[in-house]
Amino acid sequence: MSFELPKLDYSYNALEPYIDARTMEIHYTKHHAAYTSKLNDAVNGTALEGKTIFELFRSVSSLSPAIRNNGGGFYNHSLFWKVLSPNGGAPKGDLLSAINTSFGSFDKFKAEFSNAAATRFGSGWAWLVKTGNGLVVSSTPNQDNPLMDVAEVKGTPILGLDVWEHAYYLNYQNRRPDYIEAFWNIVNWEEVSKRFIS
Amino acid sequence: MAFELPKLPYGLDSLAPIISKQTLEFHYGKHHQAYVNNLNTLVPGTAFENSSLEDIIKKADGGIFNNAAQVWNHTFYFFSFSPKGVKEPKGALVDAIHKQYGSFPEFKEQFATAATTLFGSGWAWLVKKQDGTLDIVKESNAGNPLRNGLTPILTCDVWEHAYYLDYQNKRPDYVKSLWDILDWEIISKRY
Ligand SMILES: [Fe+2]
Ligand SMILES: [Fe+2]
Repeated sequence: MSFELPKLDYSYNALEPYIDARTMEIHYTKHHAAYTSKLNDAVNGTALEGKTIFELFRSVSSLSPAIRNNGGGFYNHSLFWKVLSPNGGAPKGDLLSAINTSFGSFDKFKAEFSNAAATRFGSGWAWLVKTGNGLVVSSTPNQDNPLMDVAEVKGTPILGLDVWEHAYYLNYQNRRPDYIEAFWNIVNWEEVSKRFIS
Repeated sequence: MAFELPKLPYGLDSLAPIISKQTLEFHYGKHHQAYVNNLNTLVPGTAFENSSLEDIIKKADGGIFNNAAQVWNHTFYFFSFSPKGVKEPKGALVDAIHKQYGSFPEFKEQFATAATTLFGSGWAWLVKKQDGTLDIVKESNAGNPLRNGLTPILTCDVWEHAYYLDYQNKRPDYVKSLWDILDWEIISKRY
């Protein structure tokens, strides 16, 4: 049994002008596809074959860098595509209440998340994480994520933003803050809610 | 005394098509400049107010280290190129490369492997150790071998901003192309 590149729920140009079609196509068909196939190469034929991605993450500190890097790349991008949508909107219901409880307001949450994304030096991700102590914003280097035993903030990521330069360079070049600002227009809050509740 | 962005000894369009004018406009004009500006904002009022860039790199941490090292690394990187450079090492560096790697092509292969396999953002380096022998090291993000007492001879920027406009996800193509614009006259003198 192998890990599979998930199908996208929308076309490459669906998130324009916030994410351009060319970036979307290269990001999905090259970067994400490469992480997926390299993860399979690292796992298949070893004792780890058949383990879930979550099992791998829980003991990733004792596994090879190939599994940490490509496993993270596989999972993080799969989550990223799901929490994006051409029809953005705003958080509602229990998720909104939890955001208000943990951050004071939706705007304060956005500011904290944007700051985590903007100040991550080098390549990495910003996260909204469901923890035992409510919702927390964090960021991780490279392809690490909050499900890994190496993460500083551990929990269930319910929203993620890719701040590797490949995620925005064709459209925004050095202007990472503009990319982060654009991201708020295409967050799939229904999906984030679903991940929060489950 | 403020740090300054050094002027490049070649035109921004002169490394094309290996490195396009557009890439240099952003890489040198925006990224390199921003590291200089950030450093000049961060340093005043700290213990590093009168320090050299090298001193800061050896001793600082956090934002000051990141920006200082990125200023140094980019200057070192941009000053390794020339549109019509000498294509092979010269002088003492030739012997050192032969002794360590067997041949120049074999060295190129090992250096390219380091540059293509570094995961995430960072720099691949050819360094001289204190005993004069060579080594190839990978450094993440702003990493700089001066911190480990090594002398940098050559570097390759593998942050995606260095090649994404020209090569997108194809980092190996970028690394392979650089051999055509590296100037070994300059690089050999660093040894
Ligand atoms: Fe990505
Ligand atoms: Fe760079």
